[in-house]
Amino acid sequence: MSEASRGSALDELDRRNADWYIDRLVQVLVFVGGVSAIVFILGIFVFITKEGLGFIGGRFSITEFFGSIAWRPTSRNPTYGALALIVGTASVTGLAMVVAVPFSLGAAIYIAEFSSGRTREALKVLVELLAAIPSVVWGFIGLSIMNPLIIRWFDTPVGLNVLNAGIILGLMAAPIMTTIAEDALKAVPDSYREAAEAMGATRWQVIRSVVIPAGKNGLVAAVLLGVGRGFGETMAVLMASGHSINLPTSPLDSVRALTATIAAELGETANGSEHYGALFTLGILLFVVTFAINLAADIMVRGGRRGRRATAEGGA
Amino acid sequence: MVAGQGQRATSVDGTEALKLSIRNLTIGYGGVPALRDVTLDVRRHEIFGIVGPAGSGKTSFLKAIGRMDEFTRAMSVEGQILFDGKDVREWRNVYALRRRIGVVFPLPVGLPMTVYDNVALSPRLSGIKKKAQLDEIVERCLRRAALWDEVKGRLDALGSLLSGGQQQRLTIARALSQDPELLLLDEFSIAVDPVTTMRIEDVLKELKSEVTIVLVTNLVQQARRLADRTAFFLTGECVEVGQTEALFEGHVRDERTSAYLEGRFG
Ligand SMILES: Nc1ncnc2c1ncn2[C@@H]1O[C@H](COP(=O)(O)OP(=O)(O)O)[C@@H](O)[C@H]1O
Ligand SMILES: [Mg+2]
Repeated sequence: MSEASRGSALDELDRRNADWYIDRLVQVLVFVGGVSAIVFILGIFVFITKEGLGFIGGRFSITEFFGSIAWRPTSRNPTYGALALIVGTASVTGLAMVVAVPFSLGAAIYIAEFSSGRTREALKVLVELLAAIPSVVWGFIGLSIMNPLIIRWFDTPVGLNVLNAGIILGLMAAPIMTTIAEDALKAVPDSYREAAEAMGATRWQVIRSVVIPAGKNGLVAAVLLGVGRGFGETMAVLMASGHSINLPTSPLDSVRALTATIAAELGETANGSEHYGALFTLGILLFVVTFAINLAADIMVRGGRRGRRATAEGGA
Repeated sequence: MVAGQGQRATSVDGTEALKLSIRNLTIGYGGVPALRDVTLDVRRHEIFGIVGPAGSGKTSFLKAIGRMDEFTRAMSVEGQILFDGKDVREWRNVYALRRRIGVVFPLPVGLPMTVYDNVALSPRLSGIKKKAQLDEIVERCLRRAALWDEVKGRLDALGSLLSGGQQQRLTIARALSQDPELLLLDEFSIAVDPVTTMRIEDVLKELKSEVTIVLVTNLVQQARRLADRTAFFLTGECVEVGQTEALFEGHVRDERTSAYLEGRFG
């Protein structure tokens, strides 16, 4: 081999060609994308906290905020008890999950385990269409269909209440929960099903003792996503819950949600006022609760997995 | 002369001694045949080896026995498969049939539950709930599968996180937990190291006194070590069945059998 050709071979190793630049560029873009997502979330958190801080450092009283149901920000002597709002959101979300969990898990099991071919595809499209219905439409259904039905069936003066909002919210959350739960079930390898069936397990035994435990993490994620959806949903809840401050004692009581309060009142507050700060404090609460739900899910799902892996490796 | 022994023994023993009686078994996938007109018998408490190149229909054969063809839509099965003298398709309750047949697949399937639950699954499905009884079954099956010593201290570890060889023994323990009369093994050593393979082979030899075993293997020497009789499958045809030693010593009816067993095939 001549000196010259060896030289050019080295050049080849050293040269930064188009592939190298494209690779670099893509790396940078992905990095920027990832970082900016984190920066945006942090930015939102910082903004909400900053806006709420004036209130938390001043007029805020922890016993009043969490212990009183008197949310009277526009009264001459304003009080900021958020208990009724917190309970309102929690009760509506709770009822929504009672509706959505069986619906969505049932639908996911049917789609993933029992249907096939055309039926399966059609059902999946239908579920995705349902997930795309705007929340104001759900709110409208709550107002104009559920409301008279509840009044008639339960003989109450008002049909806008926990029951109405819970059902609406449950129906709203069910499609997306179904999609995620179905993905979780589909991700369970067929070899597990075949192994269990070969052992003489019936179809339902296979689902109950193998498929559901194997897809547990995804199913938990689906339910938590539904809970998050319930906490954060605003418009439908505003329209269907009755929007009245109340500690509910029955599903037929009207309530008011945290989100609906912010949406309804923020436009009428002066920037930087006490009321404005109080609404942002509700926002911080929502943010923290949502964050805690996700974190809890993460720790639960991952903690369980890590613990078991450690024992599996421990004796190896 | 020696090759004929297999057939004579069958007729002398009569059907009492037969665990499986396969008659004119033909299997196809969407009209394409995978196994053609196979007739053979498997005797009680023998290890029956099946060897043959990939695609010769060995797995399809095992699937048909446990009616696992019902998982695969396009698979069609014709002919008779007599299990204790009764055609498997006449069993109303396919689950009861499958519970009497233990299956080990080529790739280990440790179900994503604890080691204990993997082995206790089948007893639980058939209604055993008492902890003491389950403990006893789990320990016995893990011991028999030569896995007990390695996992006894961590029965609550996830079964799917064991090593490949351990998972395969776990699969065997699970098959044994069904207390099967018939054990179908499909190339069990494909994902297992040689040492573990030898240990499992020893276990199979011991099990023979209680269970009838059909051993499909990609290793002809494994068939020689274990099988009392061996069948040679080739592209959907059962070329011949004979006493394993006789076949390996060259007493064959079909030259192709010797060619395959001696590794000069192609
Ligand atoms: N699920 C299936 N669908 C279609 N053809 C199949 C299927 N399983 C096996 N076959 C075909 O059937 C033939 C026998 O396969 P198999 O029983 O797996 O053989 P072996 O186990 O001896 O390798 C092969 O030609 C294979 O391609
Ligand atoms: Mg095979």
